Amino acid sequence: MSPADQHIGKRYLATALVLLCLGLIFGLMAGIFYLFPGFGNYALDFRYWRPMHVSAVVFWIILGATGCVYSGLDFFQPLHSPALARLQWYLWLFAIVGIYYSYLKGDFGGREYWEFNPVWALPIALAWLLFLVNFIKSVRKIAQWPVYVWMWMTGLLFFLFSFTENYLWVFPYFREHFVTDTTIQWKVNGSLVGAWNQLLYGTAFFLMARISKNSGLGHSRLAFGMYFLGLFNLMFNWGHHIYTLPTDTYVRYTGYMVSMTEWVFFARIVYNWRQSVTDIQKHYYHFPYRFLMAADIWVLINLSQAIMMSIPAVNLYTHGTHVTVAHAMGTTIGINTMILLAACFEFLIGKNNVLNASNKWLNGCFWVIQAALFIFWLSLNIAGVKKGIWQMSEPQLPFSKMMESLKIWFSVFVGSGVILATALFTLGFVLLRFQWTVSVSRKRVVDSKE
Amino acid sequence: MILKPALAFSLLSVAFLTFSLSIYLKPGFVAAALGVEKDKASAGRLVWQKYNCQSCHQLYGLGGYLGPDLTNVYSMPGKGENLIRALLITGVVQMPAFQMSEKETDHLIEFLKQTDASGSADPRGFSILSSGMTIRK
Repeated sequence: MSPADQHIGKRYLATALVLLCLGLIFGLMAGIFYLFPGFGNYALDFRYWRPMHVSAVVFWIILGATGCVYSGLDFFQPLHSPALARLQWYLWLFAIVGIYYSYLKGDFGGREYWEFNPVWALPIALAWLLFLVNFIKSVRKIAQWPVYVWMWMTGLLFFLFSFTENYLWVFPYFREHFVTDTTIQWKVNGSLVGAWNQLLYGTAFFLMARISKNSGLGHSRLAFGMYFLGLFNLMFNWGHHIYTLPTDTYVRYTGYMVSMTEWVFFARIVYNWRQSVTDIQKHYYHFPYRFLMAADIWVLINLSQAIMMSIPAVNLYTHGTHVTVAHAMGTTIGINTMILLAACFEFLIGKNNVLNASNKWLNGCFWVIQAALFIFWLSLNIAGVKKGIWQMSEPQLPFSKMMESLKIWFSVFVGSGVILATALFTLGFVLLRFQWTVSVSRKRVVDSKE
Repeated sequence: MILKPALAFSLLSVAFLTFSLSIYLKPGFVAAALGVEKDKASAGRLVWQKYNCQSCHQLYGLGGYLGPDLTNVYSMPGKGENLIRALLITGVVQMPAFQMSEKETDHLIEFLKQTDASGSADPRGFSILSSGMTIRK
């Protein structure tokens, strides 16, 4: 295998970092247009910026997770076909360019979170199929799969299934029945998030085992128990998104009951807390570990919120409010992005580099991200609670008056968002610059040998 | 060792596929809402997506947060078909004036008529049971 083949994971991580930086810029524009809808009379309004932001961030997570799986595999199993992985990358590039071209032309046509013209879903699905084939052919020779291999395989398989299911609406049979169509839409959204979480939690598991040098972690009964509970939730807990939709009672009760099993995750985190504190002290100066610990704390915060929101009586007040946005942002930034940043620092920079130890600037960025994210999350929750009270009140103020009363919290949200984005952008830039420098010097070495 | 996780994975997958199938088959057993032309409503859903209405508006509390929930806008006192048609042409402060064709407007209105006929999205219309579940009053 050539060095370029060995570094396919890094190519995905670098691409994902570029998308993160773009997503942050688009997110800021969306935030400004949310606060000042007529801002600057630009040709692109909120309807354009929101999908551009969401797609960039979703692709940051998906391509980042792909990079993590390839980089992780590199440590214990040769990749079946680096050529397939490269073809997969070109398909992604083709899809991303096409998607942004169609957004700028105002050619939407897709569903929420996947607003692009559905034709661009084809190269993504094909890229994912290549990924699945390459992965299974790579790991099939391993006699006993550690839990993170199971998690990666599950994430890959269920992403492909749910992504295909995401386009059932193109058939009139599904689209003509509004309630079923919407039920499937939220089944898909729930499962897709569950699928990329399997890829990322698998990565977090792999990194933990690697940093703590405890390979037994990946084979423990408890780890497999937690994996199957996660899989069970991926498959059946999505009903908690649609309690107000007049769908079948069994769908609503299944969502409710399965969601309540997440208390087990909660109990496990609380039970392990003392051990986690000791580990933090031990590995505090290793940057990737610190991001994993931050992700753990955000898991606790977001899991508590998710469990509460999954109780239909509570959901009645939070559904359709900014509490849901707070939860979505809290999980994508607090959990997914923290795990991905941990992976980027570990896989791109390497264990012994000084950037992974005590860099003052990076340390500052880390803490600014945590503080700004907390204010960001809190302001959305406060706006959400106020909207929840409004939507249950009788008589009700007009929608525009209610939105006007929330403006102060939206200002806090945008202000903290600017700080958060600046700090994340700085980290993204540092990682990309490092990767660029390494690539250029590697190329020089290869050229000089030739 | 690999067999045990593989067996558990297979059993869960079969349960998941059965659950999914029960949802996919539903439209075949349910009659269309009275007074709604399902072909037009189905085309209207595509218009909703083409103009990315979901960026700002919700249906059953699902969607964007800039504008109001439109599930029952068709039958809401003081709103309804005429206001929808007018707003699509003129726009309001946050919402641009859309250049929709008359056919697209008709389809979109049929879609909103369908969402309205499917039920109420007003959370005040629910009661809370002792189990924590909610049901329509």
